Amino acid sequence: MSVPLTLLGLLERGPSHGYDLKRDYDAYFGQGRPLRYSQVYATLSRLARDGKAAAGPVEQGAGPERRRYVITDEGVADVDKWLAEPAPPEPDLQSELFAKVVLALVLGKHAGNYLDVQRAAHLQRMRELTEFKRQGGTLDVLLADHALYRLEADLRWIDHTAARLDTIARTVRGQS
Amino acid sequence: MTPGHSAAGRSAANLRVTGHGPGAPGKFIEAVDLSLSFGSTPALRGASLGVAKGEIVAVMGPSGSGKSTLLHCLAGILVPSSGEVHFNGMRLDRLSDDKRSALRRDRFGFVFQSGQLVPELTAEENVALPLLLSGMRRGPAMAAARTWFPTLGLDGLESRRSGELSGGQAQRVALARGLVAGPEVLFADEPTGALDSVSGELVMNLLVTAAREQGTTVVLVTHDARVAAYADREVVVRDGTVSTLTGAKP
Repeated sequence: MSVPLTLLGLLERGPSHGYDLKRDYDAYFGQGRPLRYSQVYATLSRLARDGKAAAGPVEQGAGPERRRYVITDEGVADVDKWLAEPAPPEPDLQSELFAKVVLALVLGKHAGNYLDVQRAAHLQRMRELTEFKRQGGTLDVLLADHALYRLEADLRWIDHTAARLDTIARTVRGQS
Repeated sequence: MTPGHSAAGRSAANLRVTGHGPGAPGKFIEAVDLSLSFGSTPALRGASLGVAKGEIVAVMGPSGSGKSTLLHCLAGILVPSSGEVHFNGMRLDRLSDDKRSALRRDRFGFVFQSGQLVPELTAEENVALPLLLSGMRRGPAMAAARTWFPTLGLDGLESRRSGELSGGQAQRVALARGLVAGPEVLFADEPTGALDSVSGELVMNLLVTAAREQGTTVVLVTHDARVAAYADREVVVRDGTVSTLTGAKP
């Protein structure tokens, strides 16, 4: 995920201080991994340098430096362009899951055992996410659903592969 | 939208929520080494499964694996050709047809893929049906049935017949019918199989909430991993036998 474009997008709601942007970013997207203040202020400085945002004067007061940032027209155009672009679908074609199955087959080990263990781990995670979802708010549900559908897709691949394992094993060993 | 909602509390720690189920499954209802064939086709080949009181267990497996047959044996609908079925210390498979019918009526609840509501009856009459069949008078039975409608988001639909309900509404009525008599075990066979994902999720949320509130044991047959994820644990039926999914085979 692009942190600069996400912060810029939050800035499109209206002029804001770095502190408030960090708070909102963490609430929407942090998922237990909040941004560091230094990262926020460095990003805002770069956005201002590149003409995507404009920095106001330093405001007087106690505590850390307070400077209000405003998105520019160029910044708005960048956010619009980013939101309209598709994210790369399946950028990592060769997953660890795939690699483990193929390596097990190449080595003549029990790929079916690995698939069973992986299936159990996926289902356990789905149970955790389902309970999280049942207790959560709207964004929690949205976030958990995204993960659940991806896990479900993996499970379908696991079941599909397990059902054809003997045939795949013969082919893979024939290539080695 | 402002971020001042519960999403603010999301964290990796929050995503690690443990289930409600018992740690070590006991044997409130249990199948031991069941075998059953339909003609020359074996459906169960030594299938065993123990379910603890109050536990929600998902039975998964590919089409034709025997998962519904296992559910039917546990529920006393089918009798295995060999093996044992125990319910609360009782040999269920040795009971007469009449006694198994009485057990299903008085102590078990059922939800199937397509609600199988009685089309001539209204929604509230459908819900009241298990109570009426158990001998409860119509007035109290209907009153008890009506209490389920607000709980399941069905307010105002009490007088509709099944043809006037959406699939999701009909399935919620079927769920109420399955739970109205306070069954000790609820058997659910693909309860969301005919529903879209949103309706299915609503039904599963209601099923799990109601079952936990009542302390009902649930045996849930599904091929859908997202549905199975509502359970405390899963087992997989393959070729008529049960695997517990706890890890690699020896």
